[in-house]
Amino acid sequence: MTTMVMEREAPTLTATPWELVYQRPAALTDLPTHYCPGCSHGAIHRMVAEVIDELGIRERTIGVAPVGCAVFAYKYFNLDSCEAAHGRAPAMATGLKRVRPDRIVFTYQGDGDLASIGGNEILHAALRGEQITVIFVNNAVYGMTGGQMAPTTIAGMKTTSSPMGRDVLTQGYPIHIPELLAPMPGVAYAVRRSMHAVAEMRKVKKAIRMAFQAQLQGVGFSIVEILGACPTNWHVSPTDALDYIRDRMLPEYPVGDFKVDARLRD
Amino acid sequence: MTRGTVTIQSDRCKSCGLCIQACPQHVLAFAEEFNLRGYRPVQLDEREHHCTGCGVCALVCPDVVFTVYRQPLRRAA
Repeated sequence: MTTMVMEREAPTLTATPWELVYQRPAALTDLPTHYCPGCSHGAIHRMVAEVIDELGIRERTIGVAPVGCAVFAYKYFNLDSCEAAHGRAPAMATGLKRVRPDRIVFTYQGDGDLASIGGNEILHAALRGEQITVIFVNNAVYGMTGGQMAPTTIAGMKTTSSPMGRDVLTQGYPIHIPELLAPMPGVAYAVRRSMHAVAEMRKVKKAIRMAFQAQLQGVGFSIVEILGACPTNWHVSPTDALDYIRDRMLPEYPVGDFKVDARLRD
Repeated sequence: MTRGTVTIQSDRCKSCGLCIQACPQHVLAFAEEFNLRGYRPVQLDEREHHCTGCGVCALVCPDVVFTVYRQPLRRAA
């Protein structure tokens, strides 16, 4: 079945012509996403696409898609993209960037992909100071497989594989990736942002822009962790999921800049 | 006075309601009818207030359904 997408004509009711303020970025394809209602992935895809358009780098950007909910990211970005094995996006991005240093290479990864099975890859890509950009979406669960506990699941949070809540004495503590990577000399930009409010979302986009800027300037590895909502697996409504980020996730994962290279501030 | 407006690609909308909560002018509401995917899409409801074309709906929308237009500002010469 083909999905028909209709758009109303631009309004022409008034005498003065309307000024176009916002339209779909060219770096996104016309395909409707498969994400659940209220999922932050769609908005983060759009912000990445807007930044790529604004920097004018669409023709020389290569995206690396993860395994997880964002597995079809290569279909949604109107860019050259490839799909990495689970967690191996930084390794694939390393290869791409080393073979074609003139290209802008970014990975788009979830928390199950990056922090769990791909923990080794992300650590060593950061240690090597690879000139890549990592967009890391943290929603504290394995979304695609049905909401199991991830390394980023906060203490006490109920998931399908921790039905009594995550018990830190047996299941360990959540991992803080930007704080972990920030002390490494090869890392130029390591920040955490959140999607829970309009003002915070504007900061998310600024951080994504800075992360791409770091790669354009060649100052080192850049990573943006974004706290995203997963209403389906948190069993809350899309609007309540924003409150969940603010009340439950932010105390565990404070937003902030953990490392910003001095050359980026200029 | 109408200062801005949005067009909505109704068939992309998944009825998450993030834009309705975020809209500072409270001009967005769910439609009565369903779209092709079985969701009640968001629509512009300007009976009480008017859209200013601020673009907050486009910022929060995960499905990029909005295109935002604004009346150019006319400053006194």
